[in-house]
Amino acid sequence: MEAAIVFLPLLGAFVAGFFGRFIGDRGAQYFACTLLIFSGVLSWIVFFDVAVMGNVAGKIDLGTWMRVGGFDFEWMLRVDQLTAVMLIVVTTISAVVHVYSIGYMHHDPHTPRFFAYLSLFTFFMLMLVTADNLIQMFLGWEGVGLCSYLLIGFWYDRPSANAAAIKAFVVNRVGDFGFALGIFGIFVLFDTVRFDEIFAAVPGQADATITFLSWELPAITTVCLLLFVGAMGKSAQLFLHTWLPDAMEGPTPVSALIHAATMVTAGVFMVVRMSPIFEYSETALAVVTIVGAATAFVAATIGLTQNDIKRVIAYSTCSQLGYMFFAVGVSAYSAAMFHLTTHAFFKALLFLGAGAVIHAMSDEQDMRKMGGIRKMVPVTHAYMWIGSLSLAGIGIPGTMIGFAGFNSKDMILEAAFGAHSWVGYIAFGAGIAAAIMTAFYSWRLIFMTFYGQPRCDERTLAHVHESPKVMLIPLAVLAAGSIVAGMIGYNAFVGGGMDAFWGDSILVLEGHDSIEAAHHVPTWVKWLPIGMALGGVGLAWLMYIGRPGMAAAWAKALRPLYLLSYNKWYFDELYDLIFVRPAFYLGRNLWKNGDGAIIDGVGPDGIAAFTQRLSKRVSALQSGYVYHYAFAMLIGVVVFVTGYLFVQAG
Amino acid sequence: MEQFSEMLPALPEIILAVSGMVLLMAGVFGPRKRAVGLVTNMTLAAFIVALALIAVVSGGSATAFGDMFITDQFAIFMKVMILAGSFFAVVMSGDYMKNEGIARFEFPILILFATVGMMMMVSANNLLALYLGLELQSLSLYVIAAFHRDSLRSSEAGLKYFVLGALSSGMLLYGMSIIYGYTGALEFDALAAAFGEGASAGVVIGLVFMIAGMAFKVSAVPFHMWTPDVYEGAPTPVTAFFSVAPKIAGFALFLRVMLDPFGALVSEWQTIIVVIAVASMAVGSLAAIAQRNIKRLMAYSSIGHVGFALIGLAAGSLAGVRGVLIYLAIYLVMNIGAFAVILSMRRHGDMLESIDDLAGLSKNNPKMWAVMTAFMLSLAGIPWFAGFFGKFYVFMSAIEVELYTLAILGVLASVISAFYYLRIVKIMYFDEAAEPFDRPAGKSLRVIMWGSAALVTFFIVYPAPLVNSAGVAAAALFAG
Repeated sequence: MEAAIVFLPLLGAFVAGFFGRFIGDRGAQYFACTLLIFSGVLSWIVFFDVAVMGNVAGKIDLGTWMRVGGFDFEWMLRVDQLTAVMLIVVTTISAVVHVYSIGYMHHDPHTPRFFAYLSLFTFFMLMLVTADNLIQMFLGWEGVGLCSYLLIGFWYDRPSANAAAIKAFVVNRVGDFGFALGIFGIFVLFDTVRFDEIFAAVPGQADATITFLSWELPAITTVCLLLFVGAMGKSAQLFLHTWLPDAMEGPTPVSALIHAATMVTAGVFMVVRMSPIFEYSETALAVVTIVGAATAFVAATIGLTQNDIKRVIAYSTCSQLGYMFFAVGVSAYSAAMFHLTTHAFFKALLFLGAGAVIHAMSDEQDMRKMGGIRKMVPVTHAYMWIGSLSLAGIGIPGTMIGFAGFNSKDMILEAAFGAHSWVGYIAFGAGIAAAIMTAFYSWRLIFMTFYGQPRCDERTLAHVHESPKVMLIPLAVLAAGSIVAGMIGYNAFVGGGMDAFWGDSILVLEGHDSIEAAHHVPTWVKWLPIGMALGGVGLAWLMYIGRPGMAAAWAKALRPLYLLSYNKWYFDELYDLIFVRPAFYLGRNLWKNGDGAIIDGVGPDGIAAFTQRLSKRVSALQSGYVYHYAFAMLIGVVVFVTGYLFVQAG
Repeated sequence: MEQFSEMLPALPEIILAVSGMVLLMAGVFGPRKRAVGLVTNMTLAAFIVALALIAVVSGGSATAFGDMFITDQFAIFMKVMILAGSFFAVVMSGDYMKNEGIARFEFPILILFATVGMMMMVSANNLLALYLGLELQSLSLYVIAAFHRDSLRSSEAGLKYFVLGALSSGMLLYGMSIIYGYTGALEFDALAAAFGEGASAGVVIGLVFMIAGMAFKVSAVPFHMWTPDVYEGAPTPVTAFFSVAPKIAGFALFLRVMLDPFGALVSEWQTIIVVIAVASMAVGSLAAIAQRNIKRLMAYSSIGHVGFALIGLAAGSLAGVRGVLIYLAIYLVMNIGAFAVILSMRRHGDMLESIDDLAGLSKNNPKMWAVMTAFMLSLAGIPWFAGFFGKFYVFMSAIEVELYTLAILGVLASVISAFYYLRIVKIMYFDEAAEPFDRPAGKSLRVIMWGSAALVTFFIVYPAPLVNSAGVAAAALFAG
């Protein structure tokens, strides 16, 4: 059954991709969707079996993959609680997105290809989460990266989409390089890539060192940081986050599935999976916390001023991933997984809702050209409210009652506070600051899109319509999840049932138990986030509904800050200056001068030109005059005789 | 009767010579209209009879005419190739000659006499016999080069060939006389015995002159200058003939002279042959690149191939000679095939000679394209085609005797030459299609094309017969 969950999407991808033209657009769509829904249902069964009933099935061996000396591992599906959670998240969101795409991609001429990529992505993602060794995880890791690239560049006739796809791929490559080095490091250290063997050996290697060049590096910390670099790339953490907003060039369902709900959370999942290693490195955890907190804060500030509806949500994703990472950093792995799960629901809902808006607005993405359409798209409007309420974390502190994001996000913030470390407090502060901004930009989005006067042209306005049922019904699943997932999951994920629920899949060392501490934080800590969120909502209302001139006035008053945010902290410009331009310059130089002038010029081209010149010379000897010919013959004889005598004499 | 049995080893030559004279009479006094067809067919029949006799006589070595004439496995191998070359040249000429209005019964007879001369060269065991055969061949060739006597180019080709040929014959004779002067012997055995304990510089100078004469016959650089002009000017079937039979005969002569009487002087002449080989490969490979006329291109191609084959001679070993023999056999097949295609390049009844006329052959006539591609790839020496093995054996022989530089230069030349062969493939396949050629090509041409294409393509499957018989033939040269 576990194998079916993983391989059904592959079959769907195969059939839709290679036989799409035979079974037609509809056939491909329905085939891929059916298989995915099936896979989703099986996932839920497995989830109940493993996580709720506690029947940890263990592993499914699919055969040997590689056996090269000590480098020896299998194709193995690992189904523990952590995997089970990821299985339902991935397959459920993926199934929803598949069905939604039937409606969204209705007009696209390449739907079979789209569905093939989508299913292929799901397969790789499942491969990643079910991996039992680092190599298999890396396969899934790279596979989802590939599908992400393919899907961002799905509309390959748009230069911007191609540029975004390449950017995503290249930036991820930086992270993947770190991940690969981390895997190498682990193999050097533990002589295996199987998780169980690694985890068992970690305590014994806690003080080991790795010698790199002349430096003695603490081995565990080094490995963890390298793995984290991989996670940073995939999960768009600060410095490696620039690809994610650009990735919105892809079709909106792709943004929802890959760049919000699943793939970008792979980094979080990976670190959680490797918790038995990370736990042994205080330094690595501190770095993870700081990077996560910084990402949560910076991405939120950027989200404040963006005008593209999808970019706002993209930065929001970035910011929320930051939350997850600082949760991981303070050893609140279960809180991170909790937020990962709820986030998958409400962020997918927001994206798909945004997709519905874009669909309704005739492919307009700029919020400045929207407004006042709530009456025309009431269902979408409601969905966006639900998503935003969940994202902002609205609920009643002290109880479990609240939207999904409320339970998980507050848990993270409380855990950060409860960690009682300086990095924890920094993270808490950044998280609180990000919370108010999150609420602000979420309602800014809602107000700009649905309220006020319409700012689009007449024709677009006349076309505004509610999306078809095939798009709206899947959203209901997500909306339900966005409302109740937190309340349902709270006890099992981070509450009293936590230890029973997670079993051995997550390791938290003695003294790192920030979740436990989170339950005992002062009351003001519990109330602060909701206060911040409501403050953010109020501010957004004031600026965009109450006193419409205020936004512009503030932008003017705080111009430097506004520009910093609006220009995304100038990361792209900076990278362009530091990396892209020098790389292009170097590349162009090596190409034109190195390869073109020197290697080609002297090598193939030079030899060819030389040969051709020589050829002209040689055939020019053929003058056509008999006496020239005779002369050549005589000269030949003379040369040979002379040469012979010369050698003889010498 | 005793005398007759003494002449038996030369029976094929005698039969050919006699039938040549009879056919001449038949042509002159026979029925006017059917003369050409009749003589052509009778010539072909004579070739077949000679071939059959050679096959019967084969085995062991025998001499005739007071040791002037020798027949051994080497001679047999060469004669079979020469007869095959001549046979196919006559077969291929039919349509062309008729089309150009130069179908005369003298043509096959001249080829017949040239063939007799070549066979004499192959079997020569004496410097005078050698000269006799050489001149019989050369005089016939001068005439057929100018056979299209109303064509300026053809006449020019014949005349040039004649003048330069005379010069080369002069050098050859001069060299012989020097050698005779130093040794007082003309018989190969006597010469070989005389050089047992080295030779004076004078002998080597004489040898250089002889090499010049023989190199002229095989068109090796720098005695090659006549080749492009004559190949281009002569009627195409004549070019086809020139490119195979006389080359093979010239090589037979070259090999026998260098390795039999002068075999002991290898160290003296090896450098000269190396230089000639390298120069031939270089000129053949480089100059061909600039050619647009396919016959001229084939001329340079043949110069290049002579250079490759000479590597085997330069090696001076049994493996080297065997390599040369294999090379020549394969060269014969692929050249005959390539010329069969060239002879089919006809549009609106006119013969075409530019390589650009081959453009789009892959679309117009995919079958012809396929066989021509096989020939070009084989000529370029690309595995698995036969041409590769020819080169392989000679290069190997050079490496065995540690002529590494020569082998490397050979491979480089081979790479350069691949360019112009592949360019023809490219023109045929990628260039904008020109008008299709007239169809069908003559039936005999098609048979030759397909037959030789099959041979060059499938040689790899069963190379043993050729490799083995070449080995036996080469061994015969080293027996004495």
